[in-house]
Amino acid sequence: MKIKTLAKEKRTSSDTVQRLLAFGALIIIFIFFSIASPYFFTFSNVVGILIATAVNGLLALGVTFIIISGGIDLSVGTVMTLCSVMSAVMIKNLGLPVPVGIIVGVLTGGVAGFFNGIMISKLKIPPFIATLGMLNVARGLSLVITDLSPIYFPLETGFNDIAMGSVLGTIIPGFEIPNAVLIMFGAAVVAGLVLTKTVIGRYCFALGSNEEAARLSGVNIVFWKTAIYTLGGLFVGVAGIVIAARLNSAQPALGQGYELDAIAAAVIGGISMSGGEGTMVGTIIGAFIISTLTNGLRMMSVPQEWQITVTGLIIISAVYLDIIRRRRKV
Amino acid sequence: MDDVILLMEGIDKSFPGVDALKKCCFDLKRGEVHALVGENGAGKSTLMKIVAGIYSKDNGKLIYKGEEVKISNPNAAQQMGISMVHQELNLMPHLTAAQNIFIGREPHRGILLDENALNDKAQEIFDMMRLKVNPRTKVADMSVAKQQMVEIAKALSFNSDVLVFDEPSAALTDVEITELFRIIRQMKEDGVGIIYITHRLEELKEISDRITVLRDGLYVDTVKTKKTTIDQIIKMMVGRVIYESKPEIPENPSQDIVLEVKNLSRGTELKDINFNLKKGEILGFAGLVGAGRTEVARAIFGADPFESGEVFVKNKKVKIKRPSDAVAHDIAYLSEDRKRYGLCLGLDVKNNIAMTIFEKMTNFLGWVNDKSIYKIAKRIVDQLSIKTPSLEQKVKNLSGGNQQKLVVGKWLAKDAGILIFDEPTRGIDVGAKQEIYSLLNNLTHQGKSIIMISSELPEILRMSHRVIVMCEGRITGELDYGDATQENIMQFATIRNGGNLSN
Repeated sequence: MKIKTLAKEKRTSSDTVQRLLAFGALIIIFIFFSIASPYFFTFSNVVGILIATAVNGLLALGVTFIIISGGIDLSVGTVMTLCSVMSAVMIKNLGLPVPVGIIVGVLTGGVAGFFNGIMISKLKIPPFIATLGMLNVARGLSLVITDLSPIYFPLETGFNDIAMGSVLGTIIPGFEIPNAVLIMFGAAVVAGLVLTKTVIGRYCFALGSNEEAARLSGVNIVFWKTAIYTLGGLFVGVAGIVIAARLNSAQPALGQGYELDAIAAAVIGGISMSGGEGTMVGTIIGAFIISTLTNGLRMMSVPQEWQITVTGLIIISAVYLDIIRRRRKV
Repeated sequence: MDDVILLMEGIDKSFPGVDALKKCCFDLKRGEVHALVGENGAGKSTLMKIVAGIYSKDNGKLIYKGEEVKISNPNAAQQMGISMVHQELNLMPHLTAAQNIFIGREPHRGILLDENALNDKAQEIFDMMRLKVNPRTKVADMSVAKQQMVEIAKALSFNSDVLVFDEPSAALTDVEITELFRIIRQMKEDGVGIIYITHRLEELKEISDRITVLRDGLYVDTVKTKKTTIDQIIKMMVGRVIYESKPEIPENPSQDIVLEVKNLSRGTELKDINFNLKKGEILGFAGLVGAGRTEVARAIFGADPFESGEVFVKNKKVKIKRPSDAVAHDIAYLSEDRKRYGLCLGLDVKNNIAMTIFEKMTNFLGWVNDKSIYKIAKRIVDQLSIKTPSLEQKVKNLSGGNQQKLVVGKWLAKDAGILIFDEPTRGIDVGAKQEIYSLLNNLTHQGKSIIMISSELPEILRMSHRVIVMCEGRITGELDYGDATQENIMQFATIRNGGNLSN
């Protein structure tokens, strides 16, 4: 019994610090912009931030599994686009029902993740290279399939409502938070549970901490690594549906650069790039920090080129702060 | 020559959840070998890492050459003339021996590196050590023992006044240990103060002048080697009298063969390996470092591929392509290098124990049952008396012996029937060794079968029902309990000409 109480205390202290740090930063940013701009802390603007976070948040959730397992996925941005395209082809070109389009879109992400996983675990291609290849494959395929031009969803399908409608608004009038945001939070809860409560999540930490030790413990590395990349891919698929619904179209040229924002969100949220450490809450906070900054700076009429520069500086400082925190712990 | 060069008083050091050192003291004279002994987690390595500037002390005084000093980092320690040979190898495998030795101090010619001068300087040190190593050889291409010697050469290259050896003999064979002792004596004559941490108590008499004992982070006593017996030292270490139990006469294991290996071969590393393992038996694998014992184990376990040969488990031929296949056939492998291959250091105790059984501890959704894992982990921690403040403690904060027990615990959780122990007692102290031995015996009584690879002959002789001796990738001898002696094992272990299968 003594062991148990001791354990509880320890765990809360170290985990809370990590979450509080990122969360505190988010609050400070919020307060700063609220003072700097009267239009920042309004319902419509906060909803705007939430929407802007949704897609990046979903991608970041997927990439978090992979980074914790000691890997990296550079293909999430263009795979997301491929998912949108596949979904659009199903619904617009083949006239299939919307749910089929959604399922195909999400599964496309899973399949791309599966191939990433096979390349990395079975063929032993370094993750950076394998997923860089996939980045281009997915981008190329999107352009080929669409013949370079966007596919628009017919309005009567109501595809746009998947992201921009508000189930919450119909339940609580006046509280019109778009579905995209709910989807992201829902996905975050699922991702968090999968990471902390299921065997695949546990193996993410094990592989990221010491892959060889896990292998020699009888963990089937090829299987589980492939599973982890596939799982990440499914989240990318969801992001693909959300972005397609938001734009009510599949834009084949979109997607590049999204992977870096997703990785940045994870890193700001305290996910260690060397693997073995991280939480989904951290990742979501990281995603919010990025979109809040972008939004706030725009509110203050900071030119876009400077917004990008500031985001870069924030990433560097976030990681540096994390390093200082770790150093003090030892 | 009797002056004190290093004096430590009232040293405190704590890590998260552990008080590693409490009011420790230590002194070292010029030209003496001062041994530092104690059980695992007694604080030996921690104390020395403070001397070498790797850890900073929380409290206490450190007086070096008559002045109180603060050693803030390893570099500062080396500048002051204190260097340390670590228990773990800290070499860069892709660099050559010479490049490793002089890393950060490479001789220059203008802005270019002077590779020749570098190699000449390294060769000088090797000559002094009478070590046959080409300074241009990449460290990755050397045996572990040679790498250890390079590490020692590196420490020597600083011309230090104080030299700390943290269990240098763990990876070395007897011949190399003799060489090491010769080098130590030579330095001693030059007035260097040497601190020698070891678990091999029989070495104390041979090399040390004084012995300091630590226990649970506390200073126990310092004694003159000549006036002390090994038994007294052990008593001080464990705080109680333990009797080195006489080897049990092994009960006759049953004749059921649980594992049979036929004609296992791989290139020049493994040549035509044939043996079997019976139910309830401990099969000892003896041989010098590099004889191929670990390679046999890893091949059977599927960790490395083999070119030809067959493996039978319970008389059925099995295909083992990867470790998960071996585990499915009830085989477990406990690596000699626990940090690299045995544990996820960044994870906590309970998750490391459960590493082998996660897939069993889940429901159809893959949901992990943390409560049962906690229960199992708690049972194993208690059973092996692993010292940890909690089951959530990160494994990297545990001492070596406790980490080793944890690796054993992992496979206890899996309840595997065939266990391959690769150097199960490397780098752990007498008390923990005893525990591992009785654990092995218990396991065989439960009907489990064990292959035990060990470089310590007394251990092999004491534990094994049968002994297989390897040399240069082939089996050179097989001895029954009773026939095996240190002498005949060594004889088989040194049949260098590829010899015939005797016996």
